[in-house]
Amino acid sequence: MKKVKVAIIGPGNIGSDLMYKVFRSDTPEMSYMAGIVESEGIIRARQFGVKTSIEGIDPILEDNEIKIVFEATSAKAHLANAPRLKAAGKIAIDLTPAAVGPYVVPCVNLDKLSEEVNFNMVTCGGQATVPIAYAINRAADSEYTEIVSCISSKSAGQGTRANIDEFTETTAKALETLGGADKGKAIIILNPAEPPIMMTNTIYSIVRRPDENAIRESVCQIIEQIQKYVPGYRLRTPPILDGNKVTAIIEVEGAGDFLPKYSGNLDIINSAAIEVAEKIARERFLK
Amino acid sequence: MNRKIHLIDTTMRDGSHAVSHSFTKEQVRMIAQGLDDAGVDIIEISHGDGLAGSSINYGFSHTGEMELIKEASHVIKRARLGALLLPGIGTIRDLEEAYDNGVTAVRVATHVTEADIAIQHIKAAKERNMFTVGFLMMTHMASPEKILEQARIFEDCGVDYVNLADSAGHLLPDEVKERISLLNERLSVPVGFHAHNNMGLAIANSIAAIEEGAQYIDITCRGLGAGAGNCQGEVFAAVLNRLGYETGVDLFKILDVAEKIVDPIMQYPQIINTDSLMLGYVGVYSSFLLHAKRAAKRFDLDAKDILIELGRRQMVGGQEDMIVDVAYMLSQKKKAGKVTD
Repeated sequence: MKKVKVAIIGPGNIGSDLMYKVFRSDTPEMSYMAGIVESEGIIRARQFGVKTSIEGIDPILEDNEIKIVFEATSAKAHLANAPRLKAAGKIAIDLTPAAVGPYVVPCVNLDKLSEEVNFNMVTCGGQATVPIAYAINRAADSEYTEIVSCISSKSAGQGTRANIDEFTETTAKALETLGGADKGKAIIILNPAEPPIMMTNTIYSIVRRPDENAIRESVCQIIEQIQKYVPGYRLRTPPILDGNKVTAIIEVEGAGDFLPKYSGNLDIINSAAIEVAEKIARERFLK
Repeated sequence: MNRKIHLIDTTMRDGSHAVSHSFTKEQVRMIAQGLDDAGVDIIEISHGDGLAGSSINYGFSHTGEMELIKEASHVIKRARLGALLLPGIGTIRDLEEAYDNGVTAVRVATHVTEADIAIQHIKAAKERNMFTVGFLMMTHMASPEKILEQARIFEDCGVDYVNLADSAGHLLPDEVKERISLLNERLSVPVGFHAHNNMGLAIANSIAAIEEGAQYIDITCRGLGAGAGNCQGEVFAAVLNRLGYETGVDLFKILDVAEKIVDPIMQYPQIINTDSLMLGYVGVYSSFLLHAKRAAKRFDLDAKDILIELGRRQMVGGQEDMIVDVAYMLSQKKKAGKVTD
């Protein structure tokens, strides 16, 4: 199959794991890794024979063969890069909280964004919980949906730690806009237990039509869809009804590409980004 | 006369757990007025899990906390009005709202190893000239050296003091001493302590903290708080009087607040029973207690077994959702056991 060239901006943990996932994918082809300093990630990319730049994104903009660019830096960097990527005709898949483009959770709304050129990947917690929120809402009509994401301390990077409010606020918003709840709330907990715990997510919802079978069926269906791009996504506790309150708990084990398996939080956002890239590659460039 | 000890009353914050977050405006007005008159330094009020803690996971507040904060703010004349904020639950936006409603002191709390997630909130509070405290929870889960490393993160952000919480009520007096003494020796800011009475040591541990230099101690009237409750304020005031410490608190006035205002509000006596002892014994976050009891009822289990499993899994503060996870797992095991019987 003909491949579509992609670039990654930001050679940190997320960027490196993305690179490994691009290597594994049969549609995107790794072309460029851009950073701002000679870092471990840049050296790693070069060792794999990937072209690198430590002078920002100009070489990416100038390369007409590169169609899709992953942004794994910071909101500030993406706000600066987004208009330049757009002007150069590149599709941006944004893993920062910049939210220049609409939120995307592949199994929920990727099909509805066929004209979009900038995709925001929400948060790791959003990728893990919005699908369940969406599945509960379509079956039972959610008044209020609340999630608790627990990740191991080791997999919470500097960016998350320095701005944890961004996680709670963005995830809550996505539970409403994509998850369909009238009101959303998100809580994040860091747990330092050793060995590191897997990412666990609890989804609670107050619903108007508490039909346990319909909810379970809807949730199981969406889990099958997510498992296509995140094989380690599992239901720990199936939807339990208590009056009009639904509780479901899921666990995310990472694929262990570049990052350890317990980093399911980082794995799921990267896997979702790759899912977006593959679909765009197939539908817009390989037709 | 020994040095001054600052008493922080958290009846309307930690105590909120013990009344399932049901404080009313009238109750708050009376408690706040009484405590202010009795002379405590800070009166802390917010959902038990801090600002914006009202949720399915931790229990919804009966009356919105901003309403309660406003009510307290109207009657307090000399004490500072404080709030608790747990990054990951509450946000800077919630802090701003509390500040606008009269909160002038904030304690930003994280798990004992995760201080850096509080930096943005501490800075936001300092920008508003709030009295700002860095608060480490579950301090039994880390060594004194690790706690010092984390406390330094708070110190570098300019906190007014660092508070150590024995959130599970697990620490023994000597373990409190080694933690407080190291911090008191090495930090440039004062140190405080927050006890839970799950092992019957809240008063003893608070005295141990003072003996090693702690200057701020958390109290609640009648000990009202999560698990077996906190350091019982009116008793502690009497003990400190006998030890000769200056607190600025009028013993007879705080006795009246406890007996006449708080006691009638209590939903159950604050005693140490098997479940609350188990929290302390295995080192589980005190506010898990009522949630574990509810889950035990829902899944036909013994709350003690749920708490022991949570301890084994090293769950931290805020992970109330895992109570359902554990209860579900135990109930499945029980069912499987019955089938094979």
